[in-house]
Amino acid sequence: MSALNIKKGSTSHSAYDLRSGLSEVEESHTLAVIVENEPGVLARVIGLFSGRGYNIDSLTVAEVDHTGHRSRITIVTRGTPAVIDQIEAQLRRMVPVHAVHDLTMEGPSVQRELALLKVAGTGAARVEALQLAEIFRANVVDSTLESFVFEMTGTPDKIDAFAELMRPLGLLEIARTGVAALKRGV
Amino acid sequence: MTKQMTGAKMVVQALKDQGVEVVFGYPGGAVLPIYDELFLQNDIRHILVRHEQGAVHMAEGYARSTGKPGVALVTSGPGATNAVTGLTDALMDSIPIVVLTGQVPTFMIGTDGFQEADTVGITRPCTKMNWLVKDTAKLSETIHQAFHVSTHGRPGPVLVDIPKDVQFATADYVPAEKAKIAHYQPRTEGDAARIAQLVELMEQAERPILYTGGGVINSGPRASALLRELAAETNFPVTSTLMGLGAYPASGKNWVGMLGMHGLYEANLAMHGCDLMINIGARFDDRITGRVKDFSPRSKKAHIDIDPSSINKVIHVDVPIVGDVTKVLEELLRQWRARGSKTDQRGLASWWKQIDEWRAVKCLTYKPSTTTIKPQYALERLEALTKGMDRYITTEVGQHQMWAAQYLGFEDPNRWMTSGGLGTMGYGLPASIGVQIAHPEALVINVAGEASWLMNMQEMGTAMQFRAPVKQFILNNERLGMVRQWQELLHGERYSSSWSESLPDFVKLAEAFGCKGIKCEDPKDLDDAIMEMIRYDGPVIFDCLVEKHENCFPMIPSGKPHNEMLLSADAEAFRSGAVLV
Repeated sequence: MSALNIKKGSTSHSAYDLRSGLSEVEESHTLAVIVENEPGVLARVIGLFSGRGYNIDSLTVAEVDHTGHRSRITIVTRGTPAVIDQIEAQLRRMVPVHAVHDLTMEGPSVQRELALLKVAGTGAARVEALQLAEIFRANVVDSTLESFVFEMTGTPDKIDAFAELMRPLGLLEIARTGVAALKRGV
Repeated sequence: MTKQMTGAKMVVQALKDQGVEVVFGYPGGAVLPIYDELFLQNDIRHILVRHEQGAVHMAEGYARSTGKPGVALVTSGPGATNAVTGLTDALMDSIPIVVLTGQVPTFMIGTDGFQEADTVGITRPCTKMNWLVKDTAKLSETIHQAFHVSTHGRPGPVLVDIPKDVQFATADYVPAEKAKIAHYQPRTEGDAARIAQLVELMEQAERPILYTGGGVINSGPRASALLRELAAETNFPVTSTLMGLGAYPASGKNWVGMLGMHGLYEANLAMHGCDLMINIGARFDDRITGRVKDFSPRSKKAHIDIDPSSINKVIHVDVPIVGDVTKVLEELLRQWRARGSKTDQRGLASWWKQIDEWRAVKCLTYKPSTTTIKPQYALERLEALTKGMDRYITTEVGQHQMWAAQYLGFEDPNRWMTSGGLGTMGYGLPASIGVQIAHPEALVINVAGEASWLMNMQEMGTAMQFRAPVKQFILNNERLGMVRQWQELLHGERYSSSWSESLPDFVKLAEAFGCKGIKCEDPKDLDDAIMEMIRYDGPVIFDCLVEKHENCFPMIPSGKPHNEMLLSADAEAFRSGAVLV
């Protein structure tokens, strides 16, 4: 045997087993990516995440500067600090990307998500749902005799909490926008 | 003053304004208006290829040997999809090329029209940037932007998809100087404070190494000149990746040879044992690092790269410097000289002594033969017989490529064109034609393996048509040599589909194309045969029958660190041990 101790016929010596197990803690980061509003730019950003195996927990996008044709993409992603750095560097080098802000690192930020929840029920459950909605400051935007659609805005945690409470009370469907976020202060 | 013209004319005008002299391409329905315009002018030469993949590799060969962007023009659908391999190759190796594709008319997009493909969708991950132009008014500006993006920052391939109705319609031409490019201006100046940090580390280093890569070549000839100055002033050893060969001359005093999976023993051990690694325009590719955890464990690392995403991607570095190699080296040398910096002479002397000891192992030694041509011998003779000539080398991918990198010496940048990152078999023949078109008088040799070469052999027709006297030096072992080597070493000698069976007679093939064929199988005839190839005024297919079971060493099996390199002697032991099981 050679000093290398490679087992005969082994197939484990793949060309791709090079990453060491630097297991660090995964963090959630909210990134604001300012891009040129052109066809294909969103696909390019999403393609980066899928192509390089990064996570997307939520993503929102809309044009925010109509005269300058700039869109703001807010991405909530997860990864070790090294992966987050790499995501930001990869985003920054894209030609149609103007700026990348890591709102998680740049100080406190405001994060809001809008959700619509359809809850069906009658009797006590229906009353209970309405009372809880008031506590959570959710608005009723549609009502029938056996259902409500609640609209609420808040952090993803708050929406999760409300949805959890609604589940036993007849929660049928949820639509969520994903996070929009801005840095606090100037 | 604006000028009205059709989209097709705009394309040709924009190419002229960008200084394009040659376009490699293949016509088809969706680019006919552009071909019509090419027909009506004489400034831009069109090279008709035999397959669109060939066009893109030719553009790459042209770009790498000149430093100017290469241009390819292909039609929609299959024309565009055939370009994908070349685009990906150029993306991995950071080669500036501009590919123009025809597209079905805008009103047909999305209807599954004849020869329709979602070209921008398909090529998005394999271009630095791409555009679908739906309005003739934006066409010329987009082409100018494409050239700017391709050649600025880290170079790369770009693609402009042009629907046929956009080629027919008329609009104002936007000249290059009026095109909006302001937004994409990557940083090229290195941070002076970081460079000062590096200068300090260089003063203290006892076992430094300059680890150079393709970024030095891409940065232009000035970068190579500065690298040579830096090596001369510091007496630091220089190693290079496959991509960076020629930036520092192989005959240079400080040259320790190529590093990496099939790099030299002394280069890899110097990387492993150094205390200061200065990465100049390389990217810690997995073929370089081996097992990341054990990569050069005791060194401080500095990394000069124009692409911030290359830094800390694979290897964490102590001194990151984002910038263009030329500008960073200028500043580095300025600071070094201004401080009156001195290296640690004693440390360096013992470091060189250590390197010389590693060198004495003579890792490129092979068993000579008087009866069969060893591939290493063939390359040694090619090197000896072409030394000092105005020589450009391209390669295919595999064992021959690694042997070429090991046994040929490169004195200047832009003389070595090989598919590094993507490892594209079939690259070398079209690339050699692209190089020859750019340098009609030079000696251009494609060092090939027979299997790779067959992948794009149709381009011999292009070489003949355009009188590109490229020399195809095929090391024919009738095997997919590198696959066979891995199967021998790692897959229990089960040679699954790695024989090149039913090979053509290469001499007859050459005759069929109308060029010269030479066959050589006796080492005694080799020199004369090589000289015959060099002297022949036209394309040559040289069938060099070599030892069939030769392995390429040294070798760091993937996933192993640098100091666990396999030398040829080890391999013999390895193989005999393996037989017992």
